Amino acid sequence: MKPESPHAATITRLNPHTLVFSGDWTVHGLGAITRQAESAGVSSGAGAVADGERIEAMDTAGAWVLQKLVRRLQGEDSMATLRGLRPAFQTLLDAAVQQAADQLAQPAPTANLPPTLLERVGQSAAATFEQALGLLSFVGESALSLAHCAMHPTRWRVRPILFNIRSAGFDALPIVGLLSFLLGVVVAYQGADQLRQYGANIFVTDLVDVSMLREFAPLITAIIVAGRSGSAYAAQIGTMSVTEEIDAMRTLGIAPMELLVLPKIIALVIALPLLTVFADVLGVFGGMIMARAQLGVGFAEFLDRFEKAVGLTTYLTGLFKAPVFAAIIAVVGCYQGFRTQGGADSVGRQTTRSVVQSIFLVIVADALFSIVFSALDL
Amino acid sequence: MQADAQPSEAVIQIDQVSTRFGAHVVHSGISLDVRRAEIFALIGGSGSGKSTLLREIILLQRPDAGSIRVLGADLQTLSEDATLALRQRFGVMFQHGGLFGSLTVLENIGLPLREHTGLDDQLIDEIALSKLAMTGLTPAVGAQYPSELSGGMMKRASLARALALDPELLFLDEPTAGLDPVSAEGVDALVRKLRDLLGLTIFMITHDLDLLWQVTDRVAVLADGGVQGIGSMAELSLSDRPAVRQFFDGSRGRAAQQQEARLAAVPPGHDTGRPPSKPR
Repeated sequence: MKPESPHAATITRLNPHTLVFSGDWTVHGLGAITRQAESAGVSSGAGAVADGERIEAMDTAGAWVLQKLVRRLQGEDSMATLRGLRPAFQTLLDAAVQQAADQLAQPAPTANLPPTLLERVGQSAAATFEQALGLLSFVGESALSLAHCAMHPTRWRVRPILFNIRSAGFDALPIVGLLSFLLGVVVAYQGADQLRQYGANIFVTDLVDVSMLREFAPLITAIIVAGRSGSAYAAQIGTMSVTEEIDAMRTLGIAPMELLVLPKIIALVIALPLLTVFADVLGVFGGMIMARAQLGVGFAEFLDRFEKAVGLTTYLTGLFKAPVFAAIIAVVGCYQGFRTQGGADSVGRQTTRSVVQSIFLVIVADALFSIVFSALDL
Repeated sequence: MQADAQPSEAVIQIDQVSTRFGAHVVHSGISLDVRRAEIFALIGGSGSGKSTLLREIILLQRPDAGSIRVLGADLQTLSEDATLALRQRFGVMFQHGGLFGSLTVLENIGLPLREHTGLDDQLIDEIALSKLAMTGLTPAVGAQYPSELSGGMMKRASLARALALDPELLFLDEPTAGLDPVSAEGVDALVRKLRDLLGLTIFMITHDLDLLWQVTDRVAVLADGGVQGIGSMAELSLSDRPAVRQFFDGSRGRAAQQQEARLAAVPPGHDTGRPPSKPR
């Protein structure tokens, strides 16, 4: 009764003109004979006989294999006959024959050849270009809707903005704080050995402060937020678009841009600089602790040097990047969310894509900032 | 399909099944039998526990009390191997398809064959194509992904996958819900054809009165945690229980009943198509 232990289907050649089929011609019993069924033959011209009397069970898969076999036998020998099949099996076989005939009448779909290397390169280039254009038009759309909202202050949606500031900003404080603290510790620790060799212990302040304030704090904060909030934006909007909530919003006369996108962009542009300041403080604090432990630079000395080493520009150049990163993260997250279509699996794909793209763009923007700032001598 | 099957043998035996979600009692002592090669429908209002009962029969959920036997196996005391073996003997068509979004339709249908049989890939594709054709889809659909299909095509593709291992028992969850009348009509014919050709036992949940009148052999009405009535639609239409009456007294119920009477009057072989303009 168990499907694992059927009598395997067999094809035996009784004599040159007779093939005997037996066993279970079912999906579970067929495994052994699929190859045999392709090659089993009879000597032609003498009215070959296939005997199906001993077939004990048959399902549609068995019927399919049998009709292929019989058709091939009849192709080799037009006099070939199949006999002895139980009536129930004959019905199945007839249905399979009918189906095969229908399928022959209907041209099979042309198999798609796997694309060549050049084709793949072209396809992915075109897709990337299309994505870039889409992102650009999304940026334009958000800007337009932002301008529209700016002219109609009554349409500002304050509650969603506050909610997003809390979820993207306040709730991210612990992780941002911890990671930038550790980063400060690592920078000071790595620099300690080199500085000690030259007896330049006090310059650990310069090392930690400049690297944290200018580069690490804005970057690490942006990367954490891209992973935390950018992905959440993409997933939220993506789920809504799969469940037709976005369409419903449009038909109810609510612009999804205004309700979903603008509050997120505005909230993140406010929250990310604040988080960056927090990361600055914790990063420098981490460096300070390490400086005292490794290099014997006390807190008072450190802070004293801090005032001289770091100008306001260093602090502001770092902070200036944060709103730009915030806009990148929010726009990319929302854009990928809106691009979700089809089923739920697409939500996951778009979420992943939003994180990868926003981190990529944040780092590209950071590099551009470095070039611009060095050109401006900041 | 076992050739030596007894036509009157019960393939599903549900005995005194009770289910609770917290304090909410879904089933209190349900008993019913489904016989081999019959088309059996479970009906009832929303929240009457139809889907829960189906999930219990197809081993996705356990009842709190009572026993369920499917194809002779007691679900309460089933070993892991026996569970796997049993699962290969029934097919389930889910309400929303349950097709795997990352696979094409053809790969979806071939998946159970690839997992559980030793057949080679080419034959699996051929069998999958034949199942596709059996459920009335064109071969071109096989290369598409589930997200590209319409609702009706999705149900058919899901049915094709349920049939992949040639099950003895087929479960259909709302086979016609969300379909246009023409597609629903196709499902009616398909269900009948499957039973006649393959000798399948079909157990379905449905609200479709046309499907109930024209296809099912027996119907059980579920309400208030119990079976309120069981029998053919004609028998049930004579019942005076309110839970059963609601399926016959509404305007739709009467229309479907009259339709059935009309169809019964036309000579066999005549086109028994339902008018596609009919509201459902």
